[in-house]
Amino acid sequence: MSFWWSAHKNASGARCRPRALDDLHYHPSLSARLKSLAASGDFPHTYALLRTIRHWEEDTVTCTLRQLFGPGVEKVKIDQCVFLSPLKRKIEVNIVQSNFHIEITPSEAGNYDRVMIQELLKEIAQTQQVDLNAKQRFKVVIINEADSLSRDAQAALRRTMETDMSNMRIILCANSTSWLIAPIKSRCLLLRVAAPSDTEMQTVLTRVARRTCFDLPPEAAQEIIKDSGGNLRKAILVLEALKMQSPDLSGPLTIAKPDWETYCQKVAVLVVTKQTPARVMEIRTKFYELLSHCIPPTVILKAGLTVAEGIVSQVDKTLKAEIMHWAALYLCAEVRMRIGSKKIYHLETWVVKVMSLYKQSFYQFDISKFE
Amino acid sequence: MFFQPKTATVKATTQKHVVDPALQPWVEKYRPKTIDDVSAQEHTVAVLQKTLTSTNLPHMLFYGPPGTGKTSTILALSRQLFGPDNFRNRVLELNASDERGISIVRDKIKNFARQTPRAQAVASDGKEYPCPPYKIIILDEADSMTQDAQGALRRIMETYARITRFCLVCNYVTRIIEPLASRCSKFRFTPLDTSSSTARLNYIALAEHIDVDAAVIDALISTSSGDLRRAITYLQSASRLSSSTTPPTPITPMDIQEIAGVVPDPVVHDFAAVLGIDMGSMTVDEPKGTQKGFEPIQKKVKELMREGYSASQLLTQLHDLIVLHPTLNAREKSKCAIVLAEADKALCDGADEELWILEVALRVHKAVSP
Repeated sequence: MSFWWSAHKNASGARCRPRALDDLHYHPSLSARLKSLAASGDFPHTYALLRTIRHWEEDTVTCTLRQLFGPGVEKVKIDQCVFLSPLKRKIEVNIVQSNFHIEITPSEAGNYDRVMIQELLKEIAQTQQVDLNAKQRFKVVIINEADSLSRDAQAALRRTMETDMSNMRIILCANSTSWLIAPIKSRCLLLRVAAPSDTEMQTVLTRVARRTCFDLPPEAAQEIIKDSGGNLRKAILVLEALKMQSPDLSGPLTIAKPDWETYCQKVAVLVVTKQTPARVMEIRTKFYELLSHCIPPTVILKAGLTVAEGIVSQVDKTLKAEIMHWAALYLCAEVRMRIGSKKIYHLETWVVKVMSLYKQSFYQFDISKFE
Repeated sequence: MFFQPKTATVKATTQKHVVDPALQPWVEKYRPKTIDDVSAQEHTVAVLQKTLTSTNLPHMLFYGPPGTGKTSTILALSRQLFGPDNFRNRVLELNASDERGISIVRDKIKNFARQTPRAQAVASDGKEYPCPPYKIIILDEADSMTQDAQGALRRIMETYARITRFCLVCNYVTRIIEPLASRCSKFRFTPLDTSSSTARLNYIALAEHIDVDAAVIDALISTSSGDLRRAITYLQSASRLSSSTTPPTPITPMDIQEIAGVVPDPVVHDFAAVLGIDMGSMTVDEPKGTQKGFEPIQKKVKELMREGYSASQLLTQLHDLIVLHPTLNAREKSKCAIVLAEADKALCDGADEELWILEVALRVHKAVSP
């Protein structure tokens, strides 16, 4: 069974991952742009901004590298790097590198990402490319999750980006630019990578199906696209899973949800059905269960919000206005969670607040006097 | 056979420190060489000109938004003071990419500060340099230094004032502790005005032999809002893009906007229309009876986020649109402004973009609908 799985994965997941810029099937204008940049040999610092679809931008970056340096970049090795923090604590991080590029995820180093950026970039910036056959004189540094870089680490990037440009180019990948400081933004070229549209996803899915020699009924494709929400990797994986379940992909399709998602939904149902202190206690245990399985609290909140909304709007159309309130509460909780340290407090505040709001509007009962 | 690679290495080592000017970022290439070249900032330049003739230089604190020429000015000044040969041993430049904790201040900075300046080397290019008898320590991006490290600097600055001058460069003067700030003469760098940016951009375009028309320059200046470095980076990116396509196409204002990550106007107008802001003739023939409320707004926000626009950029443009709107009254505008300000704070704290845009959309909708 497992063999089949991996074989199949190869068939649709890996084989269809694009390897050259020409193979990228969406955003043709962006591909053309990158190709011309790579060809000119004068590649700027870049930051790619993208949403929800990590995989796509990864592919864009690898394809760009391939265009820049040739097939050599595909020979990668994973190294472990050790840094000393200012207090002589050892920090170990994994880096992926080839002869021409190096890929780091500074958020691995936690609070010490500044040290990592300083040490690593200095080291790279001060060494010249030794391979004389290399197409480019510089090395490319890919910084993943740049939007979780601390302010200090970003400041550490600033001058290095200018002074050592001859030896190194930096590609920052981020989901949002809000957290990046203005001096960094003013030194980079921005590439906006939009999520693929529904039709583009349809094309890709059909192409994957054709490569693996079966036909994908359009209804099934639509169903999968709706479920994936713009995430192409998820769509392809779901397609694989479905293909395993029912080889001809006909009849009603049930797309399996991850179990934590169903668990979150259960919690949301609990919130809406009954609002008592006992229920809050019950939910607390559930939250702990989720948190101890490393589900990020923002994800829990988000899942809870959508599910609760769904239930409420089914029950009562007039409660629509309340939903806006809920979202606002969610936002409060989310922002506080980022700054605070103990996640469970904020999760519970949200639950209790939502419960009280719900009760208020349901029984037309104004408790604002008691506050 | 065996000798071939060896000769190649020799060649490589001889050319080691030469950076191909074609590959240099224009920001570095066109950094002002003398302080007369610094665009705008007349006041600062005038004061610093004096120091070139007299040998007297105070401790300095440069502050102002990014891309206004702070680092360029001090580098140009020290180069003019000391010349290329003495520059090495008279100037210590430390920036945020160097470790600058309290230990570095105590060791490296203190050691450099207390050295007696070395005798003036004879300038190899035959020019005369004033070469006054002090050293300069440039602390770039000083606002990212810790409070402790700044505190440790206080006494050092005074003790060695005879032989060492400090120049702190920062964006936010408020992050510099008061005792340090009071020891320096402050120079504020203002965002560049349109005419000097235009002049500089035109100069670069001419030197690089690229055609840019006035519309492109305008687009560059409006998108970079007084940040010359950003404008130059955009110009370079745009010219690279346009020259590497075959056949080479001229740069258009649209290219600049795309590089700058500006959300296209029609998209913003559409968004505003969904929020219930009366767009008058600006909307693209939308049927009058479009349903307003929670669902269409949510749908629109989802769509925008999937397009990958930056939330902060979207907010800025929405803000401009609302503030300059002809028919909204002051109360509605101020309500919107509060919402936008809160959202900006949240985004800076790293909150979820999509939800905040949704929140802004809903509250603006509430504020403008009667």
